[in-house]
Amino acid sequence: MEFFHTCHLCRNLEDAMKALTLAAGLLIATNVVAETPVLTIYTYDSFVSDWGPGPLVEKAFEAQCGCDLQFVATGDGASLLARLLLEGDRSEADVVLGLDTNLTATAAKSGLFSPHSVSADYSLPIAWDDPVFVPYDWGYFAFVHNATLAAPTDFRALAASDLKVVIQDPRSSTPGLGLLMWVKAAYGDDAPEIWSALSDNILTVTKGWSEAYGLFLSGEADMVLSYTTSPAYHLIAEEDAGKSAALFTEGHYLQVEVAAKLKSAKHPDLADAFLQFMVSDAFQDIIPTTNWMYPAVTTQQGLPDGFSTLIQPESALLLSSDAAANIRDEALQEWLAALSQ
Amino acid sequence: MLTLENLELRQDGFALTADITLENRDIVAVIGPSGAGKSTLLNIVAGFTSPDAGKVIWDGVDITANRPAKRPIAMLFQDNNLFGHLTVGQNVALGVRPDMRLNSAQKDRVEQALKRVGLADMGARKPAQLSGGQQSRVALARVLVQRKPLMLLDEPFAALGPALRHEMLDLVAELAGEIGATVLLVSHDPADARRIAKRTILVAQGMAYPPQDTADLLDNPPEALAAYLGT
Amino acid sequence: MACRAITIGRANTGIIAAVFVVVVILGPLLAVFWRAGGGAWLVSSDMAAIRFTIWQALLSALISVGLAIPVARALARRKFRGRAVLITLLGAPFILPVIVAVLGLLAVFGRSGILAALLSKFGLPPISIYGLQGVVIAHVFFNLPLATRIILQGWQAIPAERFRLAEMLGFGPREIARTLEYPMLRGALPGAFLIIFAICLSSFAVALTLGGGPRATTIELAIYQAFRFDFDLARAAVLASVQIALVAVVAVLALRVTTGDGMGAGLDRVVHRWDVNTVSSKVLDSAVLLLSTVFLLLPLTMIVLNGIAGLGMMPTAIWAALGRSILVALAATSLTVVLGLAMATASRERGWIDSIGLLGVTVSPMVIGTGLFLLINPWVRPTDVALVVTILVNAVMALPFMLRILTPACRAVETDYGRLADSLGLAGWARLRWLILPRIRRALGFGAGLTAALSMGDLGVVMLFADSENATLPLQMYRLMGAYQMQAAAGAGLVLLMASLLLFWGFDRGGRRDADA
Repeated sequence: MEFFHTCHLCRNLEDAMKALTLAAGLLIATNVVAETPVLTIYTYDSFVSDWGPGPLVEKAFEAQCGCDLQFVATGDGASLLARLLLEGDRSEADVVLGLDTNLTATAAKSGLFSPHSVSADYSLPIAWDDPVFVPYDWGYFAFVHNATLAAPTDFRALAASDLKVVIQDPRSSTPGLGLLMWVKAAYGDDAPEIWSALSDNILTVTKGWSEAYGLFLSGEADMVLSYTTSPAYHLIAEEDAGKSAALFTEGHYLQVEVAAKLKSAKHPDLADAFLQFMVSDAFQDIIPTTNWMYPAVTTQQGLPDGFSTLIQPESALLLSSDAAANIRDEALQEWLAALSQ
Repeated sequence: MLTLENLELRQDGFALTADITLENRDIVAVIGPSGAGKSTLLNIVAGFTSPDAGKVIWDGVDITANRPAKRPIAMLFQDNNLFGHLTVGQNVALGVRPDMRLNSAQKDRVEQALKRVGLADMGARKPAQLSGGQQSRVALARVLVQRKPLMLLDEPFAALGPALRHEMLDLVAELAGEIGATVLLVSHDPADARRIAKRTILVAQGMAYPPQDTADLLDNPPEALAAYLGT
Repeated sequence: MACRAITIGRANTGIIAAVFVVVVILGPLLAVFWRAGGGAWLVSSDMAAIRFTIWQALLSALISVGLAIPVARALARRKFRGRAVLITLLGAPFILPVIVAVLGLLAVFGRSGILAALLSKFGLPPISIYGLQGVVIAHVFFNLPLATRIILQGWQAIPAERFRLAEMLGFGPREIARTLEYPMLRGALPGAFLIIFAICLSSFAVALTLGGGPRATTIELAIYQAFRFDFDLARAAVLASVQIALVAVVAVLALRVTTGDGMGAGLDRVVHRWDVNTVSSKVLDSAVLLLSTVFLLLPLTMIVLNGIAGLGMMPTAIWAALGRSILVALAATSLTVVLGLAMATASRERGWIDSIGLLGVTVSPMVIGTGLFLLINPWVRPTDVALVVTILVNAVMALPFMLRILTPACRAVETDYGRLADSLGLAGWARLRWLILPRIRRALGFGAGLTAALSMGDLGVVMLFADSENATLPLQMYRLMGAYQMQAAAGAGLVLLMASLLLFWGFDRGGRRDADA
């Protein structure tokens, strides 16, 4: 009495379950055998991807630290901070890498971080003297467009044009929040007026940078909110000089990405060593062509060739982290009000 | 001995009462107008329907609260008596052990039962490959291996032609004799009743009457039965 | 006859499974409340988000279901070459990752899409997709196939004899609609509406992108804001509860008017009809089928075309991610099959079990992810269990669909064979193995296929659990996009689409192969 031919399904599922249990077992086993000290760094997801800085940074630091560097990736900068706040002082992290100046006020207020001992000759467009957060790269926000487009030269010109732009939602995206701050820093109390004027130019608002950039590349919009460094990617990685960033006379808002050591770090010395390594050439030379941002320190080797073609904003705008934290909610309400019409 | 003691069932304008005793090895027909409650009576005995009052008693044990599988019955329905996805042999084997883990002696019993109903060597076939009469024989082979002392037949052969149906009824009578089982047989054809049932229960006007001699009942039908028989 | 629950020993597995689902879904929600130290008042923008969410979900569900009626009718009464393939392909939008689908839709309806190009040829201005219309178009694109399958199943459940009888009585289309089709629709539509409403309720990226901006803020986006802009867990948890409550209210309303069952698996049967040979009905059906096929398959075609160009640029890491995703999908499918079987066999005796299953589509992925993180973090490194958590959440999220498929099939088995099985004492494992499994394998195959495909594309909870070394294919695709590699990402999207369809096809096929039920 042959029945089993009617139950291939069950058996296939059984096999899959077995394979999975095995995989889970192996996963756990690998964590048990580690003997060298493990430096745990929380960062955002794109940092650790195969084509991000993560793998190269790991290799370079492990070559000198006698330790095992493990990245733990969580979404983007804001969710990274959310995770740290959830974990509190029980966090496994020794170092967190990937916050920006819009988040550092909240991060500092949490009391989870300890001061750094790093000294470096930063090449940031602004002076940096934060006692807790160490910058590792920076960039200017900018609207990226096809080189053939006669781009507007400030927000008012953009608002007056028929051009369509894609931006990111400040509630779910770091660049989106950056744009909010950019308009606020440039126009202060006139920001609501600028947003109203821009509202018919904003084709749509996306959840994150990837969606917006994808829409732009597929021809949906004339411009997309990104970074002045974006054209360098196309130039260097794709040998395509067809993308430019629009130079705005108001100045461009800065994004400074930072790292810090946690108070609860299990390996504070390693964490300090990493932060110092972070501002060294070995780390900084990796940044331009993997994270597509400017390194925080000018290295011996200098910037890759393509970077010299990028626009150079006349003034760098950046609200202090406290100022940014204070006007965030107001700026968001203005933005929502203007774009919800 | 099967006793239906002061059974009562009421639902949505339908009512059925019964107070009946069947002797062991009795073959009793159940006849009556459509909708009078013939199938309901069998369902109460089998445990698919719970009575509102009264008891079902088998050999002095109250089985009213027992699940169908925990009653001493083998039942055949109007249709769907075989599982179409199982082979003939598997369908019969279910009667021996529902989990179908048969030892060789039990497998032998399945073979013997199939042989007994004239279906030797048909064990590997699927029901769809058999004729209507052969399908009925498979169901009966299962009843045979179940060896339950009470057989409930709810018009299982209604779709068969007269000759085939008579053949099946005779087989039922023979098998019941071999097992020593009591049989309750629902039928809408008086000829079926005359053929194998010495006694007959009339179900009409909300009541199942105690068994009477089949010939007497059919020859001198009370009013309700007469209207149904058209005599 | 009641559908008898499967019991092991004395335990009712249906109840165990239902409790498991409740714990997996509500446990994390409670954890978030607990961590937040209670609830919080919603702010006015949250109320606006709730209003918009309800409005777009209502519209999307109504239009999806409304359009699905003629499509299902045409599929039910027309026999043509490629019908089975069409039915499978029409299911593809449903299993696409959101961003892939959005880019496909924009390639057709966007500013530089096919439609705009076509219109400008005739000197017409382009029609903007951005706005409420965009949200609805996208949701219809995702859910029309689902609604069609549910309703098609209803049509095919009308016995052929009824149509024979109708023909004998000289019924015209109007009488057939009134006596046969309307009662069936009354049974099938509320269920279809409910599940699509629930799906659209937790929409986020689609609504925002195609909605054209913050006007289109949904509850899920408000949760995002509460969680990562305001760091306000209490509000996030309250908003997630609002989401569940909304679905609960609609579920109660829908179940009140429901009389029948949801979708099933037997879709290759065309009932012979005598009333459908008029020229006008043929023209109508052809037009409906053509339009719906174009609407659903054109964006898919664009996805395929864009993807092919990107296949060569994909890094090799994609293949490892594909393997992982398939493993996740298979494991999630096994879990959903187990839960689905236990709950479907028990749902007739205890109707509430079916509604528990619906929880899976109602809960905010953001909140369930956060809650699971809170629950797991004290004990295990979340990264270590990233895949396990993904499997768990995918399984629970796909469960409502599995139940819609399995419950009617199980019910049919019990109707046909329940009493015979009871009288033979066929219970527990034996009943499952010898009666239920073999007879519902088509439904099981279809449900397993859908689950597997859905889990391939799901990104539900990876954010807090993302494991850099064990990225799934959707995550790897997003990483490619995040690294400017849109072409390669399009290739990965195509691989994802193909793998999902293959898994679906494999399971669906496996359920049908030499099924003699």
